[in-house]
Amino acid sequence: MSVLAPVAAVGRGTLAILAAIGRITIFTLQTLGHMIRPPFYFKELFQAVMNIGYFSLPVVGLTTFFTGGALALQIYAGGARFNAESVVPSIVAIGMVRELGPVLGGLMVAARVASSIAAEIGTMKVTEQIDALVTLSTHPMKYLTVPRVLAATLVVPALIAVGDTIGIMGGYIVGITRLDFNAANYINNTVDFLQTWDVTSGLLKGAVFGFIIALMGCYYGMNSGRGAQGVGHATKSAVVAASILILASNYLLTELFFSA
Amino acid sequence: MITLDNVHKSFGSNKVLRGVTLTIPRGESMVIIGGSGTGKSVALKSVLGLVTPDQGTITVDGEDVTRVERDAFLARFGMLFQGGALFDSLSVWQNVAFRLLRGSLKRPKDEAREIAIEKLRRVGLKPEVADLFPAELSGGMQKRVGLARAIAAEPEIIFFDEPTTGLDPIMSGVINELIREIVVEMGATAMTITHDMTSVRAIADKVAMLHDGVIKWTGNVADMDDSGDPYLDQFIHGRSDGPIEAVR
Repeated sequence: MSVLAPVAAVGRGTLAILAAIGRITIFTLQTLGHMIRPPFYFKELFQAVMNIGYFSLPVVGLTTFFTGGALALQIYAGGARFNAESVVPSIVAIGMVRELGPVLGGLMVAARVASSIAAEIGTMKVTEQIDALVTLSTHPMKYLTVPRVLAATLVVPALIAVGDTIGIMGGYIVGITRLDFNAANYINNTVDFLQTWDVTSGLLKGAVFGFIIALMGCYYGMNSGRGAQGVGHATKSAVVAASILILASNYLLTELFFSA
Repeated sequence: MITLDNVHKSFGSNKVLRGVTLTIPRGESMVIIGGSGTGKSVALKSVLGLVTPDQGTITVDGEDVTRVERDAFLARFGMLFQGGALFDSLSVWQNVAFRLLRGSLKRPKDEAREIAIEKLRRVGLKPEVADLFPAELSGGMQKRVGLARAIAAEPEIIFFDEPTTGLDPIMSGVINELIREIVVEMGATAMTITHDMTSVRAIADKVAMLHDGVIKWTGNVADMDDSGDPYLDQFIHGRSDGPIEAVR
C-alpha cells in the first residue's frame, strides 16, 4: 500500500489536472456558443469595454513606457560590445511590438482585470446574485461572461497598440536624452525597420491574451468557493492561470508566426 | 399547484433530500420550516431549477420543471433571497425593474422606472431611494427592495428564502406583514422557508416541517400547535430535548 502511495498521488494529481482542463474547455465552448446566440447585452459590453480597456490604459502605459526606456539602455549597453549601438531604435521597436508590449501589457491587464472579474463574479456567486439572475430569466453566462470576454478580446489589442507606441516613445526619450541619438534619425530608424507583420502579430497576440484573461476571470469567479476565502482563492487562481496561459500561448503564437 | 414527488438530492456523500413529497395548492402560502442544513433551500432551489434533483419529479401546474421552456417558466416566478441578492452595480430602481428592462417582459425605460417606483412605494420606500445603490441601504431597506424586485413583474408564484434573517424584531414584523399583504393582494402562490416562528404564524396558510431530508409533518398553520408530532413540537417550542438531535 505505502509503495503505491506516491503513484496514487501522481495519478490523483493527473486526474485533477485533466478534469480542470476538461471543465475549462467546456466553459470556453459554452462561452463561444453564447456569443453567437441572442440575447446580446450591449450595455454590459460597453461597460466591460470601459472597465477593461479605458481604465487599464494608465497601467499598460506606465509599464510599457518604463520597459521601452530600460530596453533602450540594455540594447545600447549590449550593442556597444560589438559597435552596434545604432540598432537601438529598431530593436526597441521590434522588441516592443512583437514581444514586450503584448506580453507585459497582457500580464498587467491579467493582474488588474482577471482578478477584478473573478472577485466580482465570485462575490456575486457567494451572495446569490448569480441565482438571482437565473430567477430573473437572465442567463449568467450571457449577461456576465460573454460581454467581458468579448470586450477583452476586442480592447486588449487596442491597449497593446497604445502600449507599443508608448513603449517606443519611452525608448525614444531615453535614446535622445541619455544616449545622444539624433531625434530624427531615431524616428527614421524605428519606422524603416518596423514591418506591418511585426505590429499585427503583436495585436493578434493581444486578442488571444484578452480572451484568456477574461475567460479565466469569469471561469474562476463562476466556480468560486464559499465565503471570503473562496473568493480570494478564485481571484488568485484566475490571475495565476491567466498569466501562465498568456506566457504559454505567447510561445505557441511566436512559434506559429515566426518559426521558419 | 406545485408538487414535489419523492425528490432526492445529494452533494457528494451528503444526502440532503431523501424523498421530499409536498403539494402547494394554487393561491396558498406554504411555509417550510426546519433546522439549519435540513435542505429547505435545496428544496426551494430545486423547484426553480437552480439545483437539479437526483431523483423524483417536480411539477408546476402539471408541467415537469425539467422539461419546460425556461424563460416562460421563470417569468411566472418572483423570489426574495435571504441576503437580498441585489446587484451592486445597478441602482435600486434598475434592480427592481431588472426583468422589465430586458428579455420577454421588456418595457420602455421610463415605464419600467415608473413601475419600479410604484413597487418601491408598495413596500414602503420613498421614490428618492430609487437612484441610490444597494450598498447605501440598510439591511431592512435591502429586503424591501428585494421584495419589490420579486413582485415587479406581477408573478403568479413567489418564493421567500429566510425573509427576516438579520433583521430586528420590529423590521421582521414589518416584512412579514408586507409579505402577507402582497401575497393576498396578488393572489399568488407563495413558498417561504424560514426558522423564524413569528414569520410562520404571520405568513403561512400551511406549514411543512422538513427534517432529515423528508417532510415530517404538514398541515394548516392553525393545527401546528396541536399536531402531536414530536419533531414539530420540539421545533416550534425551541426545546433542546426531543427527537431532533441538538448539538451543544
